[in-house]
Amino acid sequence: MAKNVNVWIDGHHLEVPEDLTIIEAADKHGIYVPRLCYHPDLPPTANCGVCVVELSGSPVPKRACCTPVAEGMKVTTNSKNLRAYRKTLIEMILSNHEVVCPSCTANNKCELQTLANNLGVDPDALPNILVKKETDYSSPSVIRDPNKCIACGRCITVCNDVQTVYALTNSDRGIGAEVTTAFGMGMAQSPCVNCGQCTVYCPTGALRERNELDDVWDAILDPEKHVIVQEAPSIRVSLGEEFGMPLGSVTAKKMYAALRKIGFDSVMDTNFTADLTIMEEGTECVAKLKAGEKRPLITSCSPGWIKFMETYYPDLADCVSTAKSPMSMFGVLSKTYYAQEHGIDPEKIVSVAIMPCTAKKFEARRPELSDSGFQDTDYVLTTREFLRMIKEAGIDFANIAEEEPDEGMSFYSGAGTIFGATGGVMEAAIRSAYTLVTGEELENVEILGVRGLEGVKEASVNVPGFGDLKVAVAHGLGNARKVMDRVREGLKTNGESPWHFIEIMACPGGCVGGGGQPYGNDIASRARRGLALYEEDRSLPVRKSHQNPEVQKIYERFLGAPNSPLAQKLLHTYYFRRSISNGQVVEEVTHKHH
Amino acid sequence: MYKEICAKYAPTKDNLIYILHDIQDSHPQHYLSAEAVTTISDYLKVPENHIYGVITFYSMYSTSPRGKNIIRLCESPPCYIKGSDNILRKLKTILGVEVGQTTKDEKFTLELCACLGVCGNAPVMMINDDVYGDLSEEKVEEIIDKIRGRN
Repeated sequence: MAKNVNVWIDGHHLEVPEDLTIIEAADKHGIYVPRLCYHPDLPPTANCGVCVVELSGSPVPKRACCTPVAEGMKVTTNSKNLRAYRKTLIEMILSNHEVVCPSCTANNKCELQTLANNLGVDPDALPNILVKKETDYSSPSVIRDPNKCIACGRCITVCNDVQTVYALTNSDRGIGAEVTTAFGMGMAQSPCVNCGQCTVYCPTGALRERNELDDVWDAILDPEKHVIVQEAPSIRVSLGEEFGMPLGSVTAKKMYAALRKIGFDSVMDTNFTADLTIMEEGTECVAKLKAGEKRPLITSCSPGWIKFMETYYPDLADCVSTAKSPMSMFGVLSKTYYAQEHGIDPEKIVSVAIMPCTAKKFEARRPELSDSGFQDTDYVLTTREFLRMIKEAGIDFANIAEEEPDEGMSFYSGAGTIFGATGGVMEAAIRSAYTLVTGEELENVEILGVRGLEGVKEASVNVPGFGDLKVAVAHGLGNARKVMDRVREGLKTNGESPWHFIEIMACPGGCVGGGGQPYGNDIASRARRGLALYEEDRSLPVRKSHQNPEVQKIYERFLGAPNSPLAQKLLHTYYFRRSISNGQVVEEVTHKHH
Repeated sequence: MYKEICAKYAPTKDNLIYILHDIQDSHPQHYLSAEAVTTISDYLKVPENHIYGVITFYSMYSTSPRGKNIIRLCESPPCYIKGSDNILRKLKTILGVEVGQTTKDEKFTLELCACLGVCGNAPVMMINDDVYGDLSEEKVEEIIDKIRGRN
C-alpha cells in the first residue's frame, strides 16, 4: 500500500495515495481537468498537453496526466493562462485536422469536438495547414483516416501494450509524425487482427469500422431478398444508454422489435448458436478429456483471437476448438437448416449479423466459411452501426413495445447469453460438460471463479469420474499471450498444458468490451454490461445449453448428434499459419474432418 | 546477407541501432528494405512496427533506395544565416533533383540534416563520411564534379 499524501487541488484538501498522478487524484474526487490524449484505461502518453495545471513552486505548468502527486502540493486547474494554453493547443490541432464534423462517424462522440466546444475554441482561429493523406481502406474491419488523426497515441498504446498485436506504430517526427503500420503498408498488410480496440479508444473519427449499412439497407429494401438477422449476446446490454436508459439495461425484446420495424424478414438470435457451440465444443472437450489428451482445448469464438493465434501461435492451432463461432454457425444454418425448414431458396437469403466486433467482418469474409455453398454470413454490422440504423429509421428505442423473436433459431439459455462476458463461454461449457461426463446435472451453475475482470483467471472444478478439471480464462490479447506462452512452455518441458480447457477473448472484458461497441466503452462500462448479462442469465428459465429445446430440436430434425458428420461439415472449421510481417496466409495448419 | 550481419551482434534490443547502420551501410543502395526489417525483427524479437518507428525517427536511415553518394546539407540556423539556401538551390540545379530524391544515374541522393557540429565553417554539408565547409556555389560545383569524375 502506497502511503497517503496531502494535496490541495483548487483549494480542496485531498488525502490520496502517493502513487497517483494529479489527474488520477482529481478524477477520484470529482474534479475535472480538461484532457484529450489521456484515457483512464491506458498509461499516459503525455502527447497533447491539454491537461496542464499550475503547481505552487513550479515556474511552468505541468501535465496532470504524468505528474505524480507529492506531499503539500498545491494545484490550480483553471486560470487565465491555462485557459489560453488549452485554447491555443486545440486551435493548433484543429489547424492540422480535417474538420468535417457533420459527416464524421464520431460526430457528437468526438472528444476533440467536445473539448473545442467546451473551451469555446474558434475553429478558424488559425489557417488550416492540413496536407491531405490517403485514407487506408485496405482492411475489411478497420478504416484509418490520417486526416482526422491527432497523434494522441492511444491506438498505438492499446495495439502494442494492451493487445500486443504490433500493427500500429508512430513514424517520422515533428510535423511529419503520423500513426501508421510498418512501411505504411496498410492495415490489411500488417499483423492487425481486426479487434478494433483502436477504434474504441480513438478520441476522434480517425479509426472506425468499415461501414456496411448501405449494403444491409439495400438488401432489406430488395423485395427479392429474404433478410435474416442475428444479434450477439452482448448487443442486448449495449443499446439502451444511447437512448437514455441506464447503462447495462437488458433490451433483448426491444432489440427484436426494432429489427422487425427496420424491415428484417426474420429476427432470430446468435444466443441460440452460442448454445449450439457449447454442444459442439463441449463434446469435443469431453472427448479430449476422456482420451487423456495432454494438449488443452481452447475456445474459438473470438475472431480477433483466432487471427492472433494464426499469426503468433500457429504451432498450437491443433489445441483450438474446431467449432465455428456462434455467428458463423448461425450463418451456415440460416442458408441450410432454416432455408430447408421454411422452403426458401438459400440463394435469396441474406444473412446479417449484429456484432460488438469489428473482427467479425473479417471472419465473415473468410473464404473457408462457405459450407452452405454460399458465403455463410453476408454482412456484419457493429453495435455502433446498428445504433445509427435505429436512429436512421427514427425508432424511439426506449419506448418501443417489446416483441418476441421468430422461432427456430432464437431460443437461448442463460449459458448462451453469458457468452458476451469474459469467462462466460467457460462457465457455459462447464455447465454442460459436467452433464456430458457424469450424466448428472450440475446443481450450482454459477462458476464464480471464472467471472470478473482479472486479466487471467484460473479455476478448478471437480467432475466426478474425471477429477479436477483445470481451466483458465484470458481476455485481452496481451493476457492471451501470457496464457499461450505458459501452454507452449508446459508442452515443451513436460508435455503437458497447465490447464485442460482455456477460454480466450480478444477484447478486454470479452465481447461486452468489443471493438464495435458504442463510443465511451471504457473498462467501467464493460464491467457493468457484463454484470447485466449475468443478471439476465439468472432470470432465464433454462440456464444450460443442452436443455435448450430448439437446440434439441435441430439435432433431432437436422444435425443428428453433436460432432456428427453433418455437424462436422457445417459447424466446424480449420486454421492457417499467417505471416507476422503482413498477416497473410502462409499455409493450412489444421484440416477439416470429414 | 542480413542474417550474417545480425549474427555479428548479440540478439539484444540495444543493438538495434548498430545493426540498422551496418545493414544500411552494406547495402549498395544505402537503405533498409522490408525484408531486412523482417530479418532483424526475427533476430532481436522486436516487432517490425517498432523497428519501422525507429528507422523513420532518425534521419540517417532510409526506407527507400538511395544513390551511391549521399549529400546531407545542414539546414540549421547558423548555416542558413551563412547562405545554405543558396547552396541548396545550387545543388538542386546541378543535380536536377529535389530534396529526398536520387539522380537518374543513381550517383547522388540529396538530403537535408540538422547541425553537423562545425558551425565555425558554415555553411556545411556532408557527402558520405566527409565534411565540406565554408561552402560557396562555385565550391559546391567543384566538389560534385570531382566526385562524378571519380565514380
